[in-house]
Amino acid sequence: MSGLLSDQSWQYRALTDRNPGLAHLSDGLIDLMEDGHPVVAGSADLKYSNGLYQFERRYPDRYIQFGISEQNMVSAAAGLASTGMMPFVATFASFLGLLACEQIRMDIAYCAQPVRLIGHHTGISMGFYGTSHHATEDIGTMRSIADLTIVSPADGPQLRAAIRASAEHDRPIYFRTGRSQEPDIYGPDTTFEFGRAVRHGAGRDLSIIACGMPVHPALEAAAILGAEGISVGVIDMATIKPLDRAAVLDAAARAGRLMTVEEHNVVGGLGAAVAEVLADEGLPVRLHRHGIKDSFALIAPPTHLYAHYQLDADGIASVARNFLRQG
Amino acid sequence: MTLPNDFRPDAETLARLRDRARFVRLETIRLIEIAKVGHYSSVFSAAEIFAALYYDVMRLSPDPKWPDRDRFLMGKGHAAVGLFPIYADKGWLDPALLDNYTRLGSPLGDHPDMRKVPGVDFSSGSIGHALSNGVGMAFGGRMQGRDFTTFVMLGDGEMQEGQVWEAATCAAHHHLSRLVAIVDRNGFQLDGEVDREMSIEPLADKWRAFGWEVHEVDGHDPSALTALLRRVRADKDRERPCCIVAHTSKGKGVSYMETEPGWHLGYLAPEDAEAARREIIETEI
Repeated sequence: MSGLLSDQSWQYRALTDRNPGLAHLSDGLIDLMEDGHPVVAGSADLKYSNGLYQFERRYPDRYIQFGISEQNMVSAAAGLASTGMMPFVATFASFLGLLACEQIRMDIAYCAQPVRLIGHHTGISMGFYGTSHHATEDIGTMRSIADLTIVSPADGPQLRAAIRASAEHDRPIYFRTGRSQEPDIYGPDTTFEFGRAVRHGAGRDLSIIACGMPVHPALEAAAILGAEGISVGVIDMATIKPLDRAAVLDAAARAGRLMTVEEHNVVGGLGAAVAEVLADEGLPVRLHRHGIKDSFALIAPPTHLYAHYQLDADGIASVARNFLRQG
Repeated sequence: MTLPNDFRPDAETLARLRDRARFVRLETIRLIEIAKVGHYSSVFSAAEIFAALYYDVMRLSPDPKWPDRDRFLMGKGHAAVGLFPIYADKGWLDPALLDNYTRLGSPLGDHPDMRKVPGVDFSSGSIGHALSNGVGMAFGGRMQGRDFTTFVMLGDGEMQEGQVWEAATCAAHHHLSRLVAIVDRNGFQLDGEVDREMSIEPLADKWRAFGWEVHEVDGHDPSALTALLRRVRADKDRERPCCIVAHTSKGKGVSYMETEPGWHLGYLAPEDAEAARREIIETEI
């Protein structure tokens, strides 16, 4: 039938061909299988959105289609882990971190089952699909659950490295990933260490602490500001919990001004986590929390939303200039 | 349903199972006296089922973490007080811990915690999760080539949780034949009679419609119950999960609890506890 259609037409299952970044998740799981780990992957009717159909094609006996039942998927993953399997279950972050929040708390974190939860298409990356599909609260919900590690990779290679590293991390993990259309920051050989931030430049005037999608535009914003003579360092806070407190304190000591950038409500998210560190330590440091300001996001294509909420490079640079202008 | 004779327990086994069910009820009274509040009647409806599973049907080992053991999950986690004495009896749990049930620092609370209590196959307390946990265990067993059976006890009030039916759909679709759900159909939930508060009938037909093999049994008849559980466990040809609707009485063994729904949660003062003990000891179930 495709012969009847123009080259511009495409359908859902061709998503991954149009966006190879989605393959990093499956590639990471295939790496683990090849290393002999007892991986099992599952998804809730989204295997073309998260690319797990590629893992399924390679290891059909290790993929579980859960259908549209996210809560069952999360609780079943916990049961799988209790038998010695290494489960990775994936769905939109809006459903995983919110709809299945209580299952994550009870069956995974409280029971200390080493399940890897993949909440993809985080923040406002689902754009005009609307609030039901936006996840601007999942850091907040997941961060308040004890014994849960939270990782927000900035690009595909970092996601793949974090998945590989998770084999040695015998604890529950919530991965918060974007829609895999973020430009790569890291190379294919990048490594990942849980709880260790990645520092990009020192930053004498300002340190930007970002996670996930905004890391790349934050780096671009630092370059823009650098050309204006403003020294800005960027910290990729890829592990949100446990937070790299030393990196926050070091940045505060260098610059005296911190700005967090996240594709999340500023309430309960990365900015809140950084603010807690500063308050705990009693540091007289100015902090600006940049993100979604306690509101439900508008609908628009994702790039339009990033511009509207000043989460692109120009927007972040502009917010930083205003912050530095304040006394 | 006609059962082959060889699945029926002999007289000696029956006497032992009755004794262990009585032990569960008496220990439950003793432990709740320490806590000063608890779910007597939720245990009493399940006592024969606990006894049949842990003292006859399940494949167990002195090591409560043995990978090939059968699993038992409690959707109705609030009846865990009836299981802890069994774990101690099995040698998995220090019996002295029972004497300090629910006191500060005790691993034993109203709901079972797998990280603290040897013998608990999965923690519970939030109604509706356990069948999904069992789905995962059944998948795990199959992927690892292990033939253990996962039994999941569900309360009849629990049938009101949507997640149960997500799990039921999933188990049937994926032919998880080593998964057995046991519904403790005692008729009461916290607020009152189940079918008055939120009707769940036609229960057996619902499970059948979801693609499960369904059996109904008197949950207080140790002979029929044990024979059915043995047969279900032994059936290697079944290609779908199995649900047993066990018809029970909430509070079974203590007459006034059987007719008064308020006993879902409560406390027996020492003299009343003594009378309840006497009734349990003197009555043959």
